[in-house]
Amino acid sequence: MATARFRQRSSYINHAILIFMASTIILPLLVLAFNSIKPSSEFGANPLGFPNEIRLMNYYDAWVNGNYTQIFTNSLTLVIGTLILNLTVSGLAAFSLAVLNPKGIQTIVVGLYLLVGISIPAQLFILPLFLMWKTLYLLDTRIGLIIIYSALNAPFATFLIRSYMLQLPTELFEAAKLDGASVMQLFTRVALPLSWPVFLTTALIVSLTVWNEFLFAITFIITDEYKPISSILFTFQSRFANDYGLVSAASILMAAPIAILFMFFQRRFIAGLTSGATKG
Amino acid sequence: MPKFLTSINAISWYFLFPVIFIHFFVVAFPSILSLLLCLTDWNGFGRINYVGLENFQELFRDRVFKKAVKHNIIWTVMFLTIPVIVALVIAYLLTGIKRGQLFYRLVYFFPYILASIVNCLIWRYIFHPRHGLGGWFENQGIDFLAKSPFAMKETALYAVAWVDMWHFWGFLVIIYLTGMYQVDDSLYEAADIEGATKFQKFRYITLPMIRPIFVLSLIIIIIWSVPTFDYVYILTMGGPAYSSEVVANHLYSQAFQRMNVGYASTIGVMMFFYVGIIVGFFAILRRMGWEV
Repeated sequence: MATARFRQRSSYINHAILIFMASTIILPLLVLAFNSIKPSSEFGANPLGFPNEIRLMNYYDAWVNGNYTQIFTNSLTLVIGTLILNLTVSGLAAFSLAVLNPKGIQTIVVGLYLLVGISIPAQLFILPLFLMWKTLYLLDTRIGLIIIYSALNAPFATFLIRSYMLQLPTELFEAAKLDGASVMQLFTRVALPLSWPVFLTTALIVSLTVWNEFLFAITFIITDEYKPISSILFTFQSRFANDYGLVSAASILMAAPIAILFMFFQRRFIAGLTSGATKG
Repeated sequence: MPKFLTSINAISWYFLFPVIFIHFFVVAFPSILSLLLCLTDWNGFGRINYVGLENFQELFRDRVFKKAVKHNIIWTVMFLTIPVIVALVIAYLLTGIKRGQLFYRLVYFFPYILASIVNCLIWRYIFHPRHGLGGWFENQGIDFLAKSPFAMKETALYAVAWVDMWHFWGFLVIIYLTGMYQVDDSLYEAADIEGATKFQKFRYITLPMIRPIFVLSLIIIIIWSVPTFDYVYILTMGGPAYSSEVVANHLYSQAFQRMNVGYASTIGVMMFFYVGIIVGFFAILRRMGWEV
């Protein structure tokens, strides 16, 4: 009895600490949410609290003054383009490393190459890449940025997809081969349908990193018209420096798609993001 | 077609070709260019002159670079302590509770999926001297946070690190939690019979058992601290008076504001060598049979 009561009390303390730490995350987010519906006249008198008067027009202003339809389209183009290119090249490579020739010299050479690739800091190559893109007329284009994002995410995606494909039973591929399937058919008819879960996880993580990416976005896109959401938000914070309602609404518009995806696929997000770090 | 072009060995190379091509084109080739350009004084156009190791000599005289390196070291030490300790404690507490675990995990992890620019805007507002916390304290008649910590020389670096840590520590919680759930329950039961306290169980069972994942998290932090850029660039641009300048930001301004291609490449090469040494060091430790 005594220990049970002691346990109970210590669990209250645990919860108190956990709730306190949760509030350090929730409260700043709440402030952002409040600000996004606060009229700008109220910011001085009521800096942190719930607004006395709700002004949803901030969102309208952010959408229209910020030309958000265009910006959303830009970011979405980058995400979709990167997904198509990245998942294609990574899927093919993972299939080769996991199924076609898992014990070959390729696995060691390419695996090592991609491992080194992950640990190269972007700052080493960003400037020569910038000059290359300039000469190739890829600078300030969305396709140029899509190629960069696909390459940067390729090692992670390849490793993640490969580790899943390694678990597929080899008998399936043997059976398909006996039925006369070509190598390409082994990929499209056997490997792909079986490994859709890992492709979904990879797609979610890649979408997240592309949507949030900042360094390459501000460097490689110069024209406002092509800018994705992260670099536009950066120019917003100086352009509308005193209009906190508008900037907050714009931030929430940027975070919302990711937050919604996270709610639906939280397990995949968490598994993908942590395995990317612990396996890579 | 000749047989050697259709063998399974050749075909497996065909499948690997696209990824190698695109990655080489975007990462490896410009990296090699950087390794060559660091020996020149190129400014983006005009003649390329070979200057040997002059850039490196200049780098070691560069006051701002020295400051930036110092700040990167402070940054790394901060990230190796504060979020690691908080995350260890929180993860350990989380293993002890059943109700609401999923809720806590989601909340702690949430900032990690938000964009750096969004996190920065949240905290820039909260630390705003007239609005935010400063304004709130002022309304209560307290003169606290009357200046934004981002705008003061003494605090700028720590304020930026605070925002980045706020975004990062939940990620560590999940990593440690994964490790802690792999610990065999019977160990704790045995410790309970021996009458071990909560802290003793943590110190003598949990910590040794999660050591591989723990060491890995430290390596990740060390490597990720090197190219840290977003938060500094968005919040302070390295200012005021270089008080929050980090190496990546210094490189960025040399590269894209002053177009000192050779010099910027030199900084990049230094970062690369540093990361290489860290990775190599841990690879050797692992070879020597260290369970890391």
